[in-house]
Amino acid sequence: MSEFVKEQEAIEQETVMRRTFIRLGIGAMATGYAAAIGYPIYAYLSTPAKRAAEAGSITEVRLEGAAKLPAGSAMVFKFGHKPALLIHHRDGRWVAMDAVCTHLGCTVQYETDNNRVFCACHGGVYDAVTGENISGPPPKPLSVYRVEVKDANVVVAKS
Amino acid sequence: MQTSLWRSRKVLVWLDERLALTELLEYARHKTVPEHKHSFWYYWGGISMFFFLIQVFTGVLLMVYYRPGAESYESVREITYDIRFGWLIRSAHSWSANLMVLAVFIHMFSVFFMKAYRKPREFGWWSGLALLALTMTFGFSGYLLPMDELAYFATKVGLELPASLPLVGKFINDVVRGGPEVGSVTIQRFFALHVVVLPLIFIPVLAFHLWLVQKHGNALPPSEEQKPIAERRSIPFFPDFFSKDLAMWLVALNVLAILASLYPWQLGPQADPLAPAPAGIHPEWYFMSQFQLLKLFGRWFPGVTGEVLGLVFFTLILLLWAIVPLYDTGTAAGRRAKVATWFGITVLALLIVTTIWGYWEVL
Ligand code: HEM
Ligand code: FES
Repeated sequence: MSEFVKEQEAIEQETVMRRTFIRLGIGAMATGYAAAIGYPIYAYLSTPAKRAAEAGSITEVRLEGAAKLPAGSAMVFKFGHKPALLIHHRDGRWVAMDAVCTHLGCTVQYETDNNRVFCACHGGVYDAVTGENISGPPPKPLSVYRVEVKDANVVVAKS
Repeated sequence: MQTSLWRSRKVLVWLDERLALTELLEYARHKTVPEHKHSFWYYWGGISMFFFLIQVFTGVLLMVYYRPGAESYESVREITYDIRFGWLIRSAHSWSANLMVLAVFIHMFSVFFMKAYRKPREFGWWSGLALLALTMTFGFSGYLLPMDELAYFATKVGLELPASLPLVGKFINDVVRGGPEVGSVTIQRFFALHVVVLPLIFIPVLAFHLWLVQKHGNALPPSEEQKPIAERRSIPFFPDFFSKDLAMWLVALNVLAILASLYPWQLGPQADPLAPAPAGIHPEWYFMSQFQLLKLFGRWFPGVTGEVLGLVFFTLILLLWAIVPLYDTGTAAGRRAKVATWFGITVLALLIVTTIWGYWEVL
């Protein structure tokens, strides 16, 4: 191989290297800008979701004055951001459970007469004490909470 | 590697056959832009447009949390203090609004002094003036939306001046302000104007403006026109001018990022119609000149006379400014061209002097 050809090849090699280098540089810069713009926008748009998740991560709710709830009735309260059910049974037992149906997410209700938890959307039925799914489409039981009556208040906690 | 390259080639060919991309590229390569010592001013239209795109982008993001009407202050407070990076989005929208107005002004004056309004570019001049008016209306309507003290009083004063005129006053009261006082009714309609009506008008006018620029190309300034054709230089639009355009946009983006993050836009206390106006209340800088002119005329000619005279004076200048392409038609060395240039210098000087004077008096 002549000196000339060698030299040409070296030059060519160098141009290719320089080109790759420039490309990499531009790519890195573009990525930097995309991240510097993209991250704040994502954080901005996702703030409510983050707040809801934070609200949902609580483990205990104190229901002021809920001890007044008459036996044989129920009330809906918010556990984090989700509705939950507090039932005062006729036999004096206190039970709290999720009020979000495990089928497609409708809010369930306590039926005093049938002493059961019922979902009106597709007729799902749950046990009012254990949260067990008894009939209808719900695939899973409703999760129950620990309940403690303290004077006039009721404290509901994740079990 | 080989196959993926081949595949992306195939996609390109597929697209090209349907969208005539090669044709477009060829066209862009043949289009040229003059290059000379005043070329720098050719970038300002593009910079204005860049800031408009930023406005659309950040504006839509603000709309995600902004609530017009009675809750407007509270919602802007949430954006500024509660929502992550909300302060940055709001700051970018506000700073970019001001930079956009500034860029449009620079663009207009550079077009004026390069005499780029002459035949066949008259409609470019007129559509450009419409874009400036729309931009300023964007700014005026947007400024009220947070409904803090400054926003409230600036809008109140801004509407009060023309509202004391016959005829115009009734229109302002009944239609623009929606009553005798600036309130949540006003915010709601300014919001509709700001996010729906103005963009709906602005975008087609901008498209018309761009189409004309594309059709007639960049005008040569008088100093270049005098050179023999052989001495004039030009560069291809694509990729040469286009990549410089992009570089300018990158500079604009960085300037905006620095201003918006280091000088976050402030939110004042909530507007209280019963509280006395804070000292030094004044409009945004781009309305300062008109504000000061009206104030001066009011001082020189007490009563409504002053305001009417001020408005007549202002309208006259605006009219002369708008019809300059019809007046300055000859060669750049002619008498009319010289008169037009002096008119431009006078207007620019008047604008700067009254703006500084205005700030001098309120600050
Ligand atoms: C489609 C385009 C636009 C949309 C959707 C939009 C949307 C909005 C919204 C929702 C607000 C209220 C939030 C806030 O006050 O921070 C706002 C405020 C504002 N806008 Fe726009 N905007 C657009 C274009 C423009 C343009 C072109 C300008 C001016 C050149 C402008 C100037 C302003 C100003 C000065 C404010 C007040 C900012 C503040 O003090 O917070 N906007 N805009
Ligand atoms: S959602 Fe409750 S049964 Fe379907």
